[in-house]
Amino acid sequence: MARLLNNPFLLVIGLALVVAVLPLFLPSTFYVRVVALVFINALAVLGLNLLMGFAGQVSLGHAGFFGIGAYAVAVGPTHLGLPTWLALICGTALAALLALIVGRPILKLRGYYLAVATLGMGVLIAMVISNEAQITGGPNGMPVPRLVLFGWRAVGPQVWYWISGITLVIGVWIAINLIESPTGRAFRAIHDSETAARVLGVNVAHYKLTAFVLSAVYASVAGSYFVLFDGFVTPDTASFLRSIEFVVMAVLGGLGSIFGSIVGAAILVLLPQFLTVFHDYEHIVLGAIIIVFLIFLPAGIVPAASSLLGRRAA
Amino acid sequence: MSILVVEDLAITFGGLIAVDGVNFLVEKNEIFAVIGPNGAGKTTLFNMVSGLYSPQRGRILLAGEDVTNLAPHELARRGLSRTFQNLQIFFRMTAIENVMVGRHLHEKRNVLSHLFTLPSVHRQNRETRGKAAELLALVGLTDVAERPAGALPYGALKRLEIARALATEPKVLLLDEPAAGCNPVETKEIDTVIKAIAAHGVTVVLVEHDMRLVMRISSRIHVLDRGRTLAEGKARDIRSNPAVIAAYLGGTGAQEAARAQS
Repeated sequence: MARLLNNPFLLVIGLALVVAVLPLFLPSTFYVRVVALVFINALAVLGLNLLMGFAGQVSLGHAGFFGIGAYAVAVGPTHLGLPTWLALICGTALAALLALIVGRPILKLRGYYLAVATLGMGVLIAMVISNEAQITGGPNGMPVPRLVLFGWRAVGPQVWYWISGITLVIGVWIAINLIESPTGRAFRAIHDSETAARVLGVNVAHYKLTAFVLSAVYASVAGSYFVLFDGFVTPDTASFLRSIEFVVMAVLGGLGSIFGSIVGAAILVLLPQFLTVFHDYEHIVLGAIIIVFLIFLPAGIVPAASSLLGRRAA
Repeated sequence: MSILVVEDLAITFGGLIAVDGVNFLVEKNEIFAVIGPNGAGKTTLFNMVSGLYSPQRGRILLAGEDVTNLAPHELARRGLSRTFQNLQIFFRMTAIENVMVGRHLHEKRNVLSHLFTLPSVHRQNRETRGKAAELLALVGLTDVAERPAGALPYGALKRLEIARALATEPKVLLLDEPAAGCNPVETKEIDTVIKAIAAHGVTVVLVEHDMRLVMRISSRIHVLDRGRTLAEGKARDIRSNPAVIAAYLGGTGAQEAARAQS
């Protein structure tokens, strides 16, 4: 099991199998819907984990990129008459471009300062979305036209289960490829010692920016999927609270663990569904569970499980 | 032509003059040592030469080219790399991955090809890993190649840093106290490694407190005291230089003296 968790290609194949087989075990479309939400969140968290868990740079503003992807597929078709797939691509390009422009100055900051700067970026994006009411519908949000591909309308949990599931498998495959490449090694080197990375010839600013742009692309695609699935978009998609949720998912599952991104997203999406039995105390219980996890498994769930299994096997 | 030229280098921190007008030339294939009491400015000097600090005055020439104020990764490209006194290891990576990072400049760095792992990336990863394995063998770390660097003992990490710096294929390698904190056996191993590096045609500049090591391997020694040059010459001249004895070998306390003479 520990070896399975550590072998990158088995992980991709394993995930593809799970995505393929899981619907057989889901009792109702409610669960299909929930799992699709897990996949969509996992996609955003995966990108964030490349930035935080591998390159070691924090972002408290990733809901901003999620929001750009979300509003791109709402505004593009509604106001500009773009087909949805093209709007999705334009949104992703816009998120990447913004990450490139904003990232250059703010990635010079470190630690808390970077956290505050990214937070500011996220809040600004959310404010622009809320204030441009003529285009975005303001705080009330706006309906999102359905995705139509070759005359086929992508509607319903089943359809979005497959679209998000397949995209997640591809996203995981790309992330794993990256980590085992010179770029991935540069990310991880920067995380542990920027100074050493620099004297070995790694252009630190360039690779931090690469990680930031890549993570923005993941978040933007996830944001587009999220509202295409829902059929409606509100400024909530870009809210600060969502940025925090992404960070919690990444930390809970395990920073620097690809599989952890999915587990973290699964826990934070699934738990509230099952905690509804606590009625008014739902959020308190959720908060308590997160705190307990972080106290006892500070490295995150997947790395902790992996090292436990590794120790037993040895 | 000297491979490394340091001309009138100076830097101050607040009111403190850390390095004040230091000059030296390092010839190709030399083992050149910089010694001096604690606080003499040795590491600061290294930080300027490796591009981590910008000097306030003076010039640095590498293979005849002015490289003053170049960023460290630009210097690495031009053939200068270094190790650190206080280790700068990539602790979450394995030993061999640490060395593989050192191959960065010799790898194709097209992010798009990395995202989709084209066959060329696989081939390149294999080449990089092979080269890294050779360097680990050179410093005697083959057995621990796949272990996380964070789990290795101190002496091994010192040698790992040397292997990693060598992976960049430097013309000039700066070693900042390669034997600090090492026991006599480990020091002996480092000694062998440094000689092997020099034999491969890499010019070595080192800062070191272990006088036996310095005297044994250095072709020339440069002595710093309070940011200024005190003396420069061959080992036997330095050993008998009255100013050096006063400032460093004898003058700064029994501890240094004992280490120097033992």
